[in-house]
Amino acid sequence: MKSIFVSLIAASALFVVGCGGNKAPETPKEEAAAPAAAPIDEANAATITGKVSFSGDKPVMRTIDMSANPACARAHAGAPPKSEEVVVNGNGTLRNVFVWIKAGVPDRQWPIPSTPVEIAQKGCMYGPHVIGVMANQDIKIVNDDPTNHNIHPLPKVNQEWNESQPPNGDPKLKKFAREEVMIPVKCNVHPWMRSYIGVVNHPFFAVTGDDGTFSIKGLPPGKYTIEAWHEKFGTKDVDITVGAKESKSQDFDFKG
Amino acid sequence: MSNVWLHRYAVLWSFCTLFLVVAGGLVTSNDAGLSVPDWPLSYGKLMPAMEGNIFYEHGHRMVATTVGLLTIGMVIWLLRAERRRWLRNLGWISLAAVVAQGVLGGMTVIFLLPKPVSIGHACLAQLFFSTTVAIALFTSESWQRGAQIVDDTGGPPLHWLALAAPACVFLQLALGASARHQAIGILPHVIGALLATGMVLWITVRIFMRHADHAALRGSALALLSVTFLQVFLGIAAYMSRVATADAPQPMPVMVGFTVAHVAVGALTMASSVVLAIQVFRHVRWPLAEMQTEGVVVPSA
Repeated sequence: MKSIFVSLIAASALFVVGCGGNKAPETPKEEAAAPAAAPIDEANAATITGKVSFSGDKPVMRTIDMSANPACARAHAGAPPKSEEVVVNGNGTLRNVFVWIKAGVPDRQWPIPSTPVEIAQKGCMYGPHVIGVMANQDIKIVNDDPTNHNIHPLPKVNQEWNESQPPNGDPKLKKFAREEVMIPVKCNVHPWMRSYIGVVNHPFFAVTGDDGTFSIKGLPPGKYTIEAWHEKFGTKDVDITVGAKESKSQDFDFKG
Repeated sequence: MSNVWLHRYAVLWSFCTLFLVVAGGLVTSNDAGLSVPDWPLSYGKLMPAMEGNIFYEHGHRMVATTVGLLTIGMVIWLLRAERRRWLRNLGWISLAAVVAQGVLGGMTVIFLLPKPVSIGHACLAQLFFSTTVAIALFTSESWQRGAQIVDDTGGPPLHWLALAAPACVFLQLALGASARHQAIGILPHVIGALLATGMVLWITVRIFMRHADHAALRGSALALLSVTFLQVFLGIAAYMSRVATADAPQPMPVMVGFTVAHVAVGALTMASSVVLAIQVFRHVRWPLAEMQTEGVVVPSA
């Protein structure tokens, strides 16, 4: 019996050692290198603008119960926070829709902005609810709350990670190496906290705000597939062709 | 000679283990599994601020530590006071199980809830609880009073049914854990419920019809049948509450309550089926032995 016990312990230890994580380290493979970055030809660049409408019955925004964590509840004293899953603006448009060029963008290295995109944790809510970044662009994560948070992205293509961030802790700088639309992000300490990150290989994306509009500028002339993504209503794809210096409008409509 | 205090300690150990199963269920249902990103410490401390879901995850670790210590205590007590070698060995097995369970729990945190590990953690919890209940039974006064042997004729042999029942219940628990950790859909768990419930009905009805005057068999069968019916009701309630609150921005108390109760009663169902199997093997004469006493030539293996 003693030998069985020792064997069980040894087997458990081997299992731990052998289980090297659920994904390989995120070292971008030596893929066929795209041509080097070159300045965008602004003189001939095209623009796509539009708005994302919502039709149907306006959904009720669910109230979040933060009583499990008084520090969170205090931040919303008098006005309980609402879920941002579906936010219909006053003009009937939809907020937090990620719009991006899904196909047709020339295969080249696009310059990565040196400015990080910020995600704040304030009042135990993520702000903004949806962001877009380029692959390998920094994301700055800030905790403005007097409570612990953990940041836990759930990618399928990129590396998953889970890190804590104490109250008033140093900002975290993170990046994702591969294109992935979208990556859900959650805080397991506060299960209502959820946001989404769209990671794209080029700079042609936008997120709708409180007027429901978007604008994608600097596109080379060409034929593209443009996609609008919403966390509840899914995606809509449209093919669009733009010429040099052309401005085109492309609207989307999601039904509730 | 029975040791009353050893038995009471074993019962306490079993209750604490059931509480641990409840604590683990609360972690999963509240999506708190990764609210503490490090292990074995929590936020680098023995006692972090118990805010938000950290309460469930660190609370689970605290209860698990207590059960681990109780298990060590049980093994020491068995080694010192118990003459039955097989029971002392069962104590060692329970210790190995609780150590493995702790390692699996740590791996779920470190490797970000890999499904096979999470499912293994859930299944081993059920087996460990059944082991504690079995040890509580073996140390009881009623067990040491001796067996009241009865015969059971006709096929299939009651012993086979007694083995098939916990096997079906365990399969059903594994399917439930797999569905809970989103490795499979809900349909296999529903089909498994039909299989497990049918198996429980088969053996319990047979015992009620043939051995209703045998207190140990009747009591064990009644306990198994009762918790199985309760479990079916809780399974339906857990599913309906999950569907009803699917759009909620966070886990809702009604869903958490029914789901955790379903997990806990699942553990009781497993333990009850194990107890019934033990009672059948203890009190019912093997058909093989009966055939031999009647002069039937039984081919050797």
